[in-house]
Amino acid sequence: MLFFSYFKEIVGREVVVELKNDLAIRGTLRSVDQYLNIKLENTRVVDQEKYPHMLSVRNCFIRGSVVRYVQLPPDGVDVELLHDATRREARGG
Amino acid sequence: MSWSGPEDLYLSTSLASYLDRKILVLLRDGRKLLGTLCSFDQFANAVLEGACERVIVGDLYCDIPLGLYVIRGENVVLIGELDSEKEDLPPHMSRVSVAEIRKAQKAERDATDLKGLIRKRMEFLDMD
Repeated sequence: MLFFSYFKEIVGREVVVELKNDLAIRGTLRSVDQYLNIKLENTRVVDQEKYPHMLSVRNCFIRGSVVRYVQLPPDGVDVELLHDATRREARGG
Repeated sequence: MSWSGPEDLYLSTSLASYLDRKILVLLRDGRKLLGTLCSFDQFANAVLEGACERVIVGDLYCDIPLGLYVIRGENVVLIGELDSEKEDLPPHMSRVSVAEIRKAQKAERDATDLKGLIRKRMEFLDMD
């Protein structure tokens, strides 16, 4: 559940979600669930010319299984905190 | 992604906030379906009412009516809420008939095939 918890921490921040079909979408992270499904707000497709059908989409739901990367804001990670949480998770709780 | 009460509906990751809205479903094979969301579950299985497929070839597009569709969740890439005010594509794109879009699709496919064929024949040149 570490990544779920982590993503919950950065709700409200601007992220770029790159999908396995190479579509990259910038938007405000609205919510995330246990499957790492993601909801984005105020979305903008990075390469709009290539994906004209996405022009009228402002809010979207992305299925967790199709996500390749999530690009975070530069100050999105507190490394110390993440290290601690990782160790705790590895110990099993 | 369970059913959620109205208080957290807009904050949850559930698709409940898109119910009865016009949505765009992007599938893994690249197809784009439009329709009104009737139902969904935790796998992103979805039922679309008045569904149509939007075929885009270059600057041409066509909405091919399909009817009531049940989409298996594993094929879903993205579900987008369509802005009711600006539902349309960029102004330079024009709507054509089903026959025309099929023709354009075939032409595009043929061109891709031809490119593949030429590339294959030129392989000995080791262009990369």
